[in-house]
Amino acid sequence: MSGKRILMAKTGLDGHWRGPTIVARALRDAGFEVIMIGMARPEEVVQASIDEDVDLVGLNIGGHVDVAVRAVTALNDERPDLPIFCGGVVPPHAKRRLEALGVEVYPPGSQLPDIVGAARRLTGLD
Amino acid sequence: MAGDNAVAALVAEAVGGSRSALARLISTAERGGDDAAALEAALLPCGGNSYSIGITGAPGAGKSTLASALTTELQAGGERVALLAVDPSSPLTRGAILGDRVRLQPHLGNPDVFIRSMASRGHLGGLAMATCTARRVLEACGWPLVLIETVGVGQAELDVAGATDTVLVVLNPGWGDEMQANKAGLMEIADIFVINKADRAGLEATRRDLEAAIAANAPERRPAIVETVATEGTGLDALRAAIAAHREQAKASGELERRRRVRAVTELRDLARARLELALEGQLAGPAGEALAGAVTRRELDIDSAARRLVADLLNSDSQRGASRGDPEQDTP
Repeated sequence: MSGKRILMAKTGLDGHWRGPTIVARALRDAGFEVIMIGMARPEEVVQASIDEDVDLVGLNIGGHVDVAVRAVTALNDERPDLPIFCGGVVPPHAKRRLEALGVEVYPPGSQLPDIVGAARRLTGLD
Repeated sequence: MAGDNAVAALVAEAVGGSRSALARLISTAERGGDDAAALEAALLPCGGNSYSIGITGAPGAGKSTLASALTTELQAGGERVALLAVDPSSPLTRGAILGDRVRLQPHLGNPDVFIRSMASRGHLGGLAMATCTARRVLEACGWPLVLIETVGVGQAELDVAGATDTVLVVLNPGWGDEMQANKAGLMEIADIFVINKADRAGLEATRRDLEAAIAANAPERRPAIVETVATEGTGLDALRAAIAAHREQAKASGELERRRRVRAVTELRDLARARLELALEGQLAGPAGEALAGAVTRRELDIDSAARRLVADLLNSDSQRGASRGDPEQDTP
């Protein structure tokens, strides 16, 4: 049993649930415990990542780059060792900004096996 | 493995108010093994006295939404509320979607609410193996009220009855009939029946069936029925009052004390059984197990005699091991 826990949050304000749900399902089938918190403000993502003692945070950023950057910055401040990856609509300039903060970015077109592989690597399973 | 001292240090941090230490202790409980055993020992002198409320019912009955609305209601009275929400793990992959928090969004970021999602990790009965330890961690850290939400249950997953002080069984209008209401199992463990989604058709019939079934109970075992629409916050004041009434009555009648004693026996049995199983697996994988399996395969020994010999060997070797070390307490698997 991996017992590895991943927090999935939406930082964007749109109601698109398909993407994160499909990713969560793939992670579940790969043996992860995926904690869904839905739409959340940066400080709420931080609080949930602490209370749930997760090994990885996944953010669906829905194009709202500034909010995502705030969430990532807050997470890096509170839990510097906690890896973060993100997906959703990520324009190229946003991808560079997020990668500069140490976040792995999986824009539209990314393959599920690559995302699962990243989760395994980032949680230390591989 | 972090070791006893590290666990004790983490307990001290958590009791001192560190939320991240509290959260990491629950993970320690979930991982099990020596550190979880050290955790129980470290919690013992911490004291604390919290009241636990179980929320159970079928999948989709509205347990999480009710837990959220109840948290809001209890918070209005100034209470700090902790919630342990259990969802099922896959028996195939061990993975899980823990989705209860989606219904608990109003409480995200609230420092007076602690929410922890737990995967059942193969434990049957509606809770996770570590749920009771997690409850003790919260108790030691001074959380006065602990809500425990089970996985969506059927008729026979009843661990929550032993694990909590007041049990809410959540049903919906149109659920079952009088025959269902009289069945053994889930219907017997309710301290309060909550008919959630009470704005839906069929409320009257459901209430009538429940009332008829309850009327056949012994007089001291007649759960209240409360109607709620958790999505709108309707009926939550009545539910809070019903919980308070049950709590008072259980305390006054000695039922609360009796229940906590039964809980100790149940947990003791579960833990002892887990240890026995580990020891048994060890015995089976060792030379004694190999020899017995060989004898059975060659038809030199019948299977029942082999099983009896295995158990006898197990009990013998276990007591010898404890005696030789002079301290059976240290004899962790």
